[in-house]
Amino acid sequence: MSKTVAEKILSKHAGKDLTAGDYALCKVDFCMSQDGTSGLVIDALNKLGAKKLVAKNKFCMVIDHSAPAPNIGVSAIHDKMRKFAKKNKLKLHDIGCGVCHQVVLESGNVLPGNLVVGADSHTCTYGALGALTTGFGSTDLAIALASGKNWFKVPETVKIILDGKLPKGVYSKDIILDIIGDLGADGCTYMAVEFTGNVIKALSVDARFTISNMAIEMGAKCGIMYPDEKVLNWLKARGKRIKTTVLPDKNAKYASIKRYNVSKLLPKIAKPHTVDNVTDVTKLAGKKINQAFIGTCTNGRMEDFKITAKILKGKSISKDVRMIIAPASKDIFTKAIARGFIEIFVKAGANVVTPGCGPCVGTHNGVPADGENVISTANRNFKGRMGNPKAFIYLASPATVAASALTGKITDPRRYV
Amino acid sequence: MKLQGKAHKFGSDVNTDYIISGRYKFKIQDPRELAKHVMEDLVPDFYKKVTKGDFIVAGNNFGCGSSREQAPLAIKYAGISAVLAKSFARIFFRNAINTGLMLLECNTDGISKYDVLEADVGKGILYNKTKKKEIKIKPLPDFMLKILNDGGLVEHFKKHGGFKFGS
Repeated sequence: MSKTVAEKILSKHAGKDLTAGDYALCKVDFCMSQDGTSGLVIDALNKLGAKKLVAKNKFCMVIDHSAPAPNIGVSAIHDKMRKFAKKNKLKLHDIGCGVCHQVVLESGNVLPGNLVVGADSHTCTYGALGALTTGFGSTDLAIALASGKNWFKVPETVKIILDGKLPKGVYSKDIILDIIGDLGADGCTYMAVEFTGNVIKALSVDARFTISNMAIEMGAKCGIMYPDEKVLNWLKARGKRIKTTVLPDKNAKYASIKRYNVSKLLPKIAKPHTVDNVTDVTKLAGKKINQAFIGTCTNGRMEDFKITAKILKGKSISKDVRMIIAPASKDIFTKAIARGFIEIFVKAGANVVTPGCGPCVGTHNGVPADGENVISTANRNFKGRMGNPKAFIYLASPATVAASALTGKITDPRRYV
Repeated sequence: MKLQGKAHKFGSDVNTDYIISGRYKFKIQDPRELAKHVMEDLVPDFYKKVTKGDFIVAGNNFGCGSSREQAPLAIKYAGISAVLAKSFARIFFRNAINTGLMLLECNTDGISKYDVLEADVGKGILYNKTKKKEIKIKPLPDFMLKILNDGGLVEHFKKHGGFKFGS
């Protein structure tokens, strides 16, 4: 029977033929947890009393969400992770290594056709490499780590075909915001999404991660793309030579097929307090902002920094705006220093913080005040997300955020690029 | 299994940041302490309004957002016996089963704030005692009920030495 990518990957990992709607135990290829979820992973493993961890060599922990520790509660969690890693000889990426998803991607541990689980909802990011990668809770992750397996429901798949050519000043972030605005926060609940079309082929791998990253914001289990030369080269640069990939069968059955043409797409922005509350940047142009943030697993990569540097070079941000920039990894930070981007950011008046999640999750690095507006490249704008339920978060592309930081108001980036 | 309590009504797309904010989940490890902050960005001091056994009643896509398992834990430790919603977000759904929090998928439209409800999980029926109406509950797959009955996935795993899957 013809299969989707998700059906093929799950069948292979279950060792039997599966179609959408089936439940099965599947072997996992890699697991990850971060400092917001590892505490409960460790608790679950201790309760399990597992003598050996089957997936021990296919696992890492990353301290990224609240790093360096801003208070005693967090430092206790970090301490617990370090001790557990040391005792069990587990891989731990400590403060400053970067956002878990970028760290895992750069480590070369996710390959096309893999089944990867992470105790973080944005684990779907890796789908851009042609793998089925999805978020788990801590207990599920602990079970996968201890036994090498977990149960999966084989999802139905929505195929999203992107046609046309992106206009100047419009990016992959604008595409995915537009799709989420159209399909809604529960538009793909429990579904796999396959993103395809000329537009995906034309995007860099960095830009593709932005789209797969936000698949969860419409409820999807994973956001898969078909690996091409760019993906194979991306993996080759990380020491992985791949010969086989997983593609859908020609007559695979889809829950629905949706087409979007991006040729006339305008820069998009998600308004408070939901990610699917999307409109054109032009409709909000002129709205005063207090803080601008560029970074996260959505948009903290080299391509994002290149765009930001181009806009900020030789200029100063508005005196009424605080700008925060967090590289998604130490590797990106190092490269951005070498390329001169960090100097441009700092001279323009931005604060460059430790590679990691930055202020995205509201634990540190720039909690907004009551009534303040924040424009951010992150993936969530829920009330209270950045630590203050009385602040307002707008989500947009790095170009829109950088242009807005210059003017102090929500700004259409197209005349700045 | 029969559960009884009053309904605490919420809308659709209640995300995990609302259930338990990141500003708490990163620094508090004790679920009893976390429970004091459950839903507080939507309803200040929500936990004080809960009597043990009460239900959270919501619309579509309950628990969307992050993978934080502290969300179902905080709800459970606040004394909520089950969450009733028209649909649940995927990761929250798994986390709730794994931590032993009962989820009942049903049409919640006719339920009002503080209606007294009784759920007969075995029969798949929800009785709205205030409105004197019966609502059908969508049954959970057997292996999930087993996990719930064992008190969560860790307990299930320990009891059976692995998954009791498909049997």
